[in-house]
Amino acid sequence: MTAETSYNGPPDYRNVGLHGMSPETSHDEKARFNFLAHLNRHLAAHILPGVKTAYDTRVKPNMPEPKTRHDVRKALLNDPLFQHWSALRRGTMELRQQAGRWVTLRQAENLNEKAREMTEGDPRLVLNPDLEIPNYLSKIDHHCMPGSYHDEIVPGDVTGAANYDLGIFVTTGGGLGRFSDGGGEAVVAWMKQNRPNFNPKRILDIGGGLGQNVVPIAKAFPEAEVVCVDTGAPVLRYGLARAKSMGVDNITFLQANAEDLSMFPDGHFDWVQSTMFLHETSVKAMPRIMRESHRLLSSGGLVMHVEQPQYSDDMPLYEQAIRDWDAFYNNEPFWTKMHELDLDQWMIDAGFAKDELVHGGVAAVVDTALFPEHANDDVEDFGRKAAWHIVGGQKQVSFLDAAE
Amino acid sequence: MTKQIDPLKLAGAKPKGKRPFFLENPDVERVLAVTMAVAQELAVMRERLDTVERLLESKGISQKDIDNFTPSKPEAEARGAWTQEYLARIFRIYQQDIEGLNKPNEPTSEDVGNELAAHD
Repeated sequence: MTAETSYNGPPDYRNVGLHGMSPETSHDEKARFNFLAHLNRHLAAHILPGVKTAYDTRVKPNMPEPKTRHDVRKALLNDPLFQHWSALRRGTMELRQQAGRWVTLRQAENLNEKAREMTEGDPRLVLNPDLEIPNYLSKIDHHCMPGSYHDEIVPGDVTGAANYDLGIFVTTGGGLGRFSDGGGEAVVAWMKQNRPNFNPKRILDIGGGLGQNVVPIAKAFPEAEVVCVDTGAPVLRYGLARAKSMGVDNITFLQANAEDLSMFPDGHFDWVQSTMFLHETSVKAMPRIMRESHRLLSSGGLVMHVEQPQYSDDMPLYEQAIRDWDAFYNNEPFWTKMHELDLDQWMIDAGFAKDELVHGGVAAVVDTALFPEHANDDVEDFGRKAAWHIVGGQKQVSFLDAAE
Repeated sequence: MTKQIDPLKLAGAKPKGKRPFFLENPDVERVLAVTMAVAQELAVMRERLDTVERLLESKGISQKDIDNFTPSKPEAEARGAWTQEYLARIFRIYQQDIEGLNKPNEPTSEDVGNELAAHD
């Protein structure tokens, strides 16, 4: 038997990295996450390819030539296999939310108390209870996560954040690594390779949530002053406690809207990062966010937005339609519009010159002894694969600054 | 003091945003969702059993002991009785359908209620 070498699937949940805010999980709760990770993988590896076959053999031949991804999606909605795959994929997300919420809610008092002890009086937690939650976050709970990033069941609540932290493993089958930080690790690796001499003094992570992607950045640049901005108090509270427990002390967690960061002066940051964030905003918010990011950037500084690939003309309509699934059926409403936009043009409109734009591709960097490496994985769970595109910009060093 | 957070009630809370249904008949989708939750719990039980078996192995009771276990006659009968009871629970709906076949004109509770409420 060659099981040891031929096993190709999610690692056991017990390999997930623990930190000071990790909820306690029983044997059966871990087993539930294992099952759900496998269920997601099964749907991607064994059912979704069948949906493609169904499209090629019985959907496409019986419809007018599709002009857009929406034509394809609407035709697929009438196909029984697409219907079942969709019902199972939606149901799996709901099971995952329930499983994670059970774990965190049953120990809510402990978790909330721990977060309070670890953050109370700490100047690195800056909350603004008067902050208005923007409509793109308040109208719908993203990825079917009840309460989103901002709702508090009781004052000082962090259970929603803890649930989000727990469940990333399930949705990506461990593809984001032990601390669900494969995205942040990937960005650091890109930076070290492409800008080896970049030595940012101040780093801003926008829409950073509980900081899982900014922690590796803060670790890689321990001298830097790092700010993680989000609108949700629970994720920020949890994020600071989590980062501190991991020995990372150079991040301030700030409750603010990335459209208006007027508390910081022009040119304050050398690096502005967003990781899987823009698709959870709106067509009105995005230009404001991009302009703020440009304004806040120092001369020579870098903005990096990490997202799933844009829908380009050379991406087949079927693939676009499947990538759109999360937009319509997993409460990611802006996902579809965001992915069709010409982000380069939006960056230029935000103030960058064309030759200042930066592009790249990154895949999650994980401990491959235990975790699957999505870069080399041929199972494609469209829209959820831990491999992304970078759209960024680097402000040219002005002569004025150079002379100083 | 009453507990402010009830995980039984809140763990399965509905996320904001109307839920899409995909199957022709939403009731089938509901049954599918229930079935997948049961499948999940079966996997949880299987993993727990696997843990127990591996712990037993470290205490000297091997997988082979488990595979080769033959229940005694009374043990086998107790297991058989459990399985019969289990199936009877699962197939209750068919049992009651079949019992109803002999009573094609059986009144509903509403019928009986109307009769009992009638003055004349």
